[in-house]
Amino acid sequence: MKLEFKIIADLLEENTRILDVGCDDGTLMEFLKKNKNIDIRGIEISKKKVQVCISKGLTVLEGNAEFDLKQFPENSFDYVVLGQTLQAFVNPEIVIKELLRVGKKAIVTIPNFGHWRVRLNLLTKGTMPVTKTLPNDWYNTPNIHMCTIKDFVKFSKTINFKIYKSLALMNKNVSNINNSNLSFKNLFAELGIFLIEK
Amino acid sequence: MNVKENIKTLIVNKPLKLDCGQTINEFPLAYETYGSLNKDKNNAILVFHALTGDQFVTGKNPITNKDGWWSYAVGPNKSIDTNKYFVICANVIGGCMGSFGPSHKNPKTNKSYGTDFPVITINDIVNAQINLLDHFGIRKLFSVVGGSMGGMQVLQFVSNFPDKTKTAVPIACTASHSAQNIAFNELGRQAITADHNWSKGEYSSNNMIPDKGLAVARMAAHITYLSKKGLQEKFGRKLQERDDLKFGFDADFQIESYLRYQGSVFVDRFDANSYLYITRAMDYFDLAKQFKGNLSNAFIKTNAKFFVISFTSDWLYPTQENKDIVIALNAIGANVGFVEIESDKGHDSFLLDVPDFLSALKNFLDQSYKE
Repeated sequence: MKLEFKIIADLLEENTRILDVGCDDGTLMEFLKKNKNIDIRGIEISKKKVQVCISKGLTVLEGNAEFDLKQFPENSFDYVVLGQTLQAFVNPEIVIKELLRVGKKAIVTIPNFGHWRVRLNLLTKGTMPVTKTLPNDWYNTPNIHMCTIKDFVKFSKTINFKIYKSLALMNKNVSNINNSNLSFKNLFAELGIFLIEK
Repeated sequence: MNVKENIKTLIVNKPLKLDCGQTINEFPLAYETYGSLNKDKNNAILVFHALTGDQFVTGKNPITNKDGWWSYAVGPNKSIDTNKYFVICANVIGGCMGSFGPSHKNPKTNKSYGTDFPVITINDIVNAQINLLDHFGIRKLFSVVGGSMGGMQVLQFVSNFPDKTKTAVPIACTASHSAQNIAFNELGRQAITADHNWSKGEYSSNNMIPDKGLAVARMAAHITYLSKKGLQEKFGRKLQERDDLKFGFDADFQIESYLRYQGSVFVDRFDANSYLYITRAMDYFDLAKQFKGNLSNAFIKTNAKFFVISFTSDWLYPTQENKDIVIALNAIGANVGFVEIESDKGHDSFLLDVPDFLSALKNFLDQSYKE
């Protein structure tokens, strides 16, 4: 099991209603369903992946988070999870606002574009970075809005949401991110995990 | 051929008050079953048929000697696995395969009811079928499943009997018949009633059938069940057994010949008055209206787990209309999954060999059955 999923599971309380946005093949949903007493739904844009989720007995809607979250009333869920997909949306601002409308809280994870390898890649090669976790070229990547951990923190102030908890994943270690270590984490963390609220 | 011998019939002796105000008594409800009911009686699936379907879901239809209408989906090891589930399907009231319909004899006149038969609704249809649960001693169904008009019955069933099923699968349907849907149905009805043989619905007394009108109704409807792309790929402008156009009104094109054939075989198995009554029931279907315009309220009392399925090329009951059902369910936090299946086969996709659809249906049912 991906460490990221374990961290997300630890952030979630029992007996809650959860929506996994961009639930992919349902791996996280399955893991949460097995390990936590929760009621979980998913929304996924790929027909193929929705089929995989159905074959796992998961309740999943085929849909696009940018348009289809509208159908959920305010605070329909205790938590909404968005794992490594914020960068793929045309309008991440609308998505974050929607997450925090339909969910009381949201967990957002972002692949950190501020990581030193990414920076070095751009510095030395002079071409858009291609990494293990972001393997596409600039012209065919679904990740059209890459950001860094620092960007996301700044984003929270600009569009006015609270970061309740922020964690950095570096070399399979989890650590807290705070104001004093932000630049350091922004250079070394591969992934940022944020628990956010309105 | 003794048709009656092959039709199982439940005589419903509970009076049924219809939406039109009339009450029907002691009426026949023809049904068929597949598989066997388990000891706990928790493996039953009630399948609802579409406009021109009947209770013979799979295997050989003993009346027409053709494959059942949902042979791709229902049977041993299929999506609706009859090794596992007990499948029940009833002919809708108003129909012509044994259930109480306009071709039945009116004891008052000793003639067929014809247009004296009461106008029925989807609500009446499911209210008639709930009697099958008592008949089999089933407290709660495992699932209600149906496509097109069958899907409308699924929605109405869950709304009327919120605790009578564990899961519900409405396929390629709508919660409210659109103007376009009504328009196509009206075209069919006009074709039938314009046929001189129809004689205000009393054709059976004259030993005639309005075959031309009914065939045209079927031809028009058949076009709506297919997609433009599907038609183009299958027929294009291919000519029917000729090398060139004949400058006349015979069937020059294969599509013409195909439609004529579809029309002609339909009149052998379907009653024209039933066609009028059932299309009317579809047109009157507006589940949201039954709940003062709020579709969500139709489902507020149920804990059933829903799985809504639509098809990309279905323009008769397009994805958005299926999604409206999903939206209404999500608005009240109901348990609902949804998938739109990629298919060129139009509205008919749910009846055909569409592997993604068949596997999605199977996976949903089999996984839900384990829970």
